[in-house]
Amino acid sequence: MQVRSMHFKARAGEKLADAQLQVNLGRAKSKFVDKRAHAILDLEDFEATRGAAKELRDLTLGDLDLWLERFETEATKRGATVLWARDGAEVCQMVIDIGRRHGVRKVTKSKSMLSEEAGLNQALGAAGIQPVETDLGEYILQINDNEPPSHIIAPVFHKSKEDVSALFARTHHLPPKTDIQEMTREAREVLRPHFLSAEMGISGGNFLVAETGSVALVTNEGNGRMVTTMPGVHVVITGIEKVIPTLEDLATLMRLLPRSATGQSISNYFSLLTGTARSGETDGPAHMYFILVDGGRADMVGGEFAEMLRCIRCGACMNHCPVYQAVGGHAYGWVYPGPMGSVLTPLFAGIENAIDLPQAATLCNQCGVVCPVKIPLPELLRRLREKQVEQRLRPRSERLALNLWSWVAQRPAWYALATKWAVRYLNWLAGGRANIPVLGVAPEWTLGRDFPAPEGRTFRELYAERQAKRGAR
Amino acid sequence: MSSREDILGRVRRQLGRTPENAVRGRSAMEGYIAARAPGPHGIISGDLVSHFRDKSAALSSSVEDITDLAQAPAAIARYLASHGLPQQAVCWPRFAALDWKAAGLQVESRPTHGADLVGISGCFCALAETGTLMLCSGVDTPAALSLLPETHIAIVAAERIVAGMEEAWTLLRSELGEVPRAVNFISGPSRTGDIEQTIVLGAHGPYRVHILILGTP
Repeated sequence: MQVRSMHFKARAGEKLADAQLQVNLGRAKSKFVDKRAHAILDLEDFEATRGAAKELRDLTLGDLDLWLERFETEATKRGATVLWARDGAEVCQMVIDIGRRHGVRKVTKSKSMLSEEAGLNQALGAAGIQPVETDLGEYILQINDNEPPSHIIAPVFHKSKEDVSALFARTHHLPPKTDIQEMTREAREVLRPHFLSAEMGISGGNFLVAETGSVALVTNEGNGRMVTTMPGVHVVITGIEKVIPTLEDLATLMRLLPRSATGQSISNYFSLLTGTARSGETDGPAHMYFILVDGGRADMVGGEFAEMLRCIRCGACMNHCPVYQAVGGHAYGWVYPGPMGSVLTPLFAGIENAIDLPQAATLCNQCGVVCPVKIPLPELLRRLREKQVEQRLRPRSERLALNLWSWVAQRPAWYALATKWAVRYLNWLAGGRANIPVLGVAPEWTLGRDFPAPEGRTFRELYAERQAKRGAR
Repeated sequence: MSSREDILGRVRRQLGRTPENAVRGRSAMEGYIAARAPGPHGIISGDLVSHFRDKSAALSSSVEDITDLAQAPAAIARYLASHGLPQQAVCWPRFAALDWKAAGLQVESRPTHGADLVGISGCFCALAETGTLMLCSGVDTPAALSLLPETHIAIVAAERIVAGMEEAWTLLRSELGEVPRAVNFISGPSRTGDIEQTIVLGAHGPYRVHILILGTP
């Protein structure tokens, strides 16, 4: 997928002005937030579970090469083929090669963010293999001219049922439906024949289990089960960071993932898939492939952004983010929106290609508080901001202002003078009122809020005065 | 250089991998796997069966108790009739010998071809913590039967209801030895919330899940 993260500011403005989008976002956000808050209550100790999850993710990431080799050995032993892809282009080529080897004309896909990273659908189409997205949200996006998702768990978070109804009527040539239940049935009936006729299924992978060489797959709709049960070939496309140790660890993570993602105690379907169909089985794929993707992950291992690799892609950070809640996912311009996207996009797509994203946060730490694997997202965003400054990627005016600030702040006499005059200036702007309606030097700041007027003089002046009084006594 | 060597090579460099620390790392890894330490659990109130019943109902499954497997055909016939569903189904081979005809049902033991409206399966075990069924794929336990039909009926022996997923894995290791191709955890009917976060039952899998708990008389 093309990276369009350089235009966050402009897009954010558009999204804020989009009245329909604001209604859709408002409707959606409370559901995820409230349901999660309720769902974490039926755990023995939610915080201890978070702690355990963080530790087990750190354990495999700290020896990632060994765990990946272990996974590869176990998966291969059970009949799967493990392939490694450096980037999206290699992913696309591998999938096309596998498709050609098995005479595949149609592929059903369960959600895979990695295939979004790689732009796989376009590549398959160009190679004469028809990709069919089967997650209802992803399907809606695909028939809407391959629109990008706006949320990693709820891809059509930004759409209303009226949008979907019109789109279905146009695509399926059936009378428009007004009821969400009827629309869902229509999609089911359109997609069912694809499930039964596709020669290959592609899925992502929520976790790779090193103990058994298995992939764990979580869905609610059942499409994940469909694409891994009905076609003769199953291809798993997932990141190298997804490996976890044991089935017990999987149990721990599964207490956190659905709760953090949708506020469910468990997702409807959760499958552990290991190897190819055994002899005599009437369903299940005869061929199973894993494509383990780097895409910028290997270089993060052991580095200052390694904690981001713990991410289990639940989406809690974006659900709770005041910035995401206001602008939705499209403004972020790539596969991953919200706080996790603002960290991952610069790291995967280049820090210079996503200049606004690390700034697209208030650093309020809501994301850090709800993260099921305790990723310090605000801290990572701050580190990215530092990198931008070090690499001189920030705008000239900003660098100049920061340099000026740094010069003044290191010289107490100048600092005292500057603050003294700043206070006088602000008091003059306030003109006796408690708030300043238009801030002279930065009028944008006061577009949606007032700037509080200072209380008279600076702390330094008051302190000096008090010291002088004491001295006089 | 192959992509594999390139990727693993960079991971090794990032981690400062040496032959010596690889040996130590591998033995720590195998030790960790062998220990299979469980994490903190979920809360289970009351006995396993009643907790399972409550949680299943919360997931929109319907639950009914029977005390003898021979009661299953009549119970299923009643359920299908009360939902206006056809008195026809496919089932796992282990239930082929039940007297379906006497209950007025036409039940075939064969793989489903996709047009069957009702599927009757058993399960490997069930999890009380979340009200979840755990099915293991196999020659006599095909996975598609619990997926393609619009109605899934599962027969669960009460003594196969365990606390949580950890207990299920322990059971799987001791009884099956090797993990099957597919372990499917099923928690209620298939659903989607993709359109306006409104939950709709019956996305791609079953619209209904009916569970018969086979208890002791």
